Amino acid sequence: MATANVLLVDDEVPFVETMTKRLTKRDLDVSTAFNGQEALDKLEKSRSVEVVILDVKMPGMDGLETLKRIRKKYPLVEVVMLTGHATVESAIDGMKLGAFDYLMKPCDMDILISKVGEAAKKKRAHEEKIIEARVKEITSRRA
Amino acid sequence: MDHYYKTLTRNIMLTIIIVSFIPVFFVSSTIYYQFRKSYRIKVLAHLQELVQKHQQRIDDFLKKKLAEVKFVSVSFSLNELSNEAFLKDKLKTLRQEYSSVFVDLGVVDNQGKQIAYAGPFNLGQALYSDMDWFQKAMKHDYVISNVFLGIRGLPHFIVAVKNVSEGRPWILRATIDFVAFNRLVESIRIGETGFAFILNKKGEFQTKPIYDFEPNIGCYGHFLDCEKETAMGDVLTEERLDENGTKSIFVAAFLKDKDWLLVYKQVSADALSGLRHTQNIAIIIFILGGVAIITMAFILSRQTVKHIVMADREKEMMNKQVIETGKLASVGELAAGIAHEINNPVAIMVEEAGWIGDLLEEEEFEKSENLDEFQRALKQINTQGKRCKEITHKLLSFARKTDSRIQAVQVNDLIEEVVGLSAQRAKYSNVELRKNLQNSLPAIQASLSEMQQVFLNLINNALDAMEKDGGTIEMISKMEDGQVIVDVADTGPGIPRANLARIFDPFFTTKPVGKGTGLGLSICYGIIKKMGGEIDVRSSVGLGTTFSISIPVGNKASVD
Repeated sequence: MATANVLLVDDEVPFVETMTKRLTKRDLDVSTAFNGQEALDKLEKSRSVEVVILDVKMPGMDGLETLKRIRKKYPLVEVVMLTGHATVESAIDGMKLGAFDYLMKPCDMDILISKVGEAAKKKRAHEEKIIEARVKEITSRRA
Repeated sequence: MDHYYKTLTRNIMLTIIIVSFIPVFFVSSTIYYQFRKSYRIKVLAHLQELVQKHQQRIDDFLKKKLAEVKFVSVSFSLNELSNEAFLKDKLKTLRQEYSSVFVDLGVVDNQGKQIAYAGPFNLGQALYSDMDWFQKAMKHDYVISNVFLGIRGLPHFIVAVKNVSEGRPWILRATIDFVAFNRLVESIRIGETGFAFILNKKGEFQTKPIYDFEPNIGCYGHFLDCEKETAMGDVLTEERLDENGTKSIFVAAFLKDKDWLLVYKQVSADALSGLRHTQNIAIIIFILGGVAIITMAFILSRQTVKHIVMADREKEMMNKQVIETGKLASVGELAAGIAHEINNPVAIMVEEAGWIGDLLEEEEFEKSENLDEFQRALKQINTQGKRCKEITHKLLSFARKTDSRIQAVQVNDLIEEVVGLSAQRAKYSNVELRKNLQNSLPAIQASLSEMQQVFLNLINNALDAMEKDGGTIEMISKMEDGQVIVDVADTGPGIPRANLARIFDPFFTTKPVGKGTGLGLSICYGIIKKMGGEIDVRSSVGLGTTFSISIPVGNKASVD
């Protein structure tokens, strides 16, 4: 199994392409989107995405808006924010809105990988807990 | 520009002068004219009173003389009086009892022949039938004649009283001494040019005036013409040009049942001399006041314009400053935009380099000769990329509006916090962090985050400098001269003289490539200056460096 299933969202095409190659080499399942709407569409289509790597500054629907919608519609999916222009404010806003963490571009690959790993871990742990709770509920029905 | 100020000075001066002069002028001229008017009235009234008094006196005098002669005439009979010795005696009595103005006495019959005479002149047997006074006396019972030379050849006038004895009229005639009479009138002297004289109806002098002049009938005739309108006792006043063309005041009163005219004449200027005095005073005051006003206007206008010049200059400086600040602000915004724009391409480059690095890890490259070189180069790209990132980040923080809310900041608390933050790093660099903080320092008005930034920056700089050999960093806080002082003193290698001057310049750094951006201290400088404080540095190579910050308490921190 891959280390994680990641959706990479950024409007800079070369960045996304290279990043995909590098992440894939490191054993990640990578899908991509170049704007917020596309990201939401992709999430809708494939429910196996665990972590979204999300750029903050994007044309159209910007990062924070996308983040809000993702958290609303797919609350289990974790989001790691990438901010390219050091606006700590928007990163903090993102954290408040439920992002897992934020990183500055250009980012260190190792750090990114480890963050993604953590985020995926958290997501899986959550999912397991949900399953557990369901099972418990079913089994305790018999009474 | 100068021309503008000169014009301004002149305008202010003129305005002050005009505005000051106009009321002064109006007040003084109003008061002067009022004074002049009432002074004139007073003077004329005075002269009128005077003339009236004299008129009464002279009239009384004449009446008295007439009465005295009449008394003699009715007291004694014609026969008695015709006796010259008797007459002489009576003359003596008259002169003694009444006054010595009586020169002589004479009895004249109805033909005009003098029957008896007592007096100094040789006038016995004189014939007066042709004389005006005789004819008048015969007609009107008594007469006071005009002044005339007469038989004796000396100016005199006659007081004659008619009496009837045994059916036949006779006249007792007395001569009044002209000189004595003249003195009465002569004595009316006021000022330098005031004098009086008497004219008869024909305009002939009855008294000798002070100086000889022909009574220009036209001049005085006017008074004589008024005879019909005026009652006895009225005083006529007129101011006109006399025979010499000098403006004079004439006060006249009729005497002797309007037969004679008492005229008092005084040159106007002389009569109103008091006025001239006042006039001079007023003029002097006006001139002095005027000089004072002009001087003040001059000084004031100069001073005012000087201040205006200064104010204008300051304003210009301020305008320049504002423009500069505006420029700086827009540069800052530009920088922010650029920084952001740079980050993205740089990120891409770093990623690509990283990708290459990843690929190089594949087996097929293991034996490559240039592998080390590839890896070194890629690492370099990575490093430079990080450097770009740091620079843009610092630039952005320089330009953006930080959380610069001004609040009361306790520097000691801040120092403790920053020391805590740096503790880890200090430990790893073998640097001891010390604190020497004065208690109960007053709070300063500052932005908390900015002050944090400054202190952190200074400590980090010190730590960077002492990374190799370790040392001590001491944070000192104290209060001096109304300023809060914070010193960051290290025992590092120190800063050479040449660098000290440039140490706050942006982009100036002595750190190896990739380690420093050269922006830290210039940002600190900007922050402290904005708060109205000072930051400076003292250093000795080999001994250490101390950065000293001073912030005035109750400072004027500008909110950005």
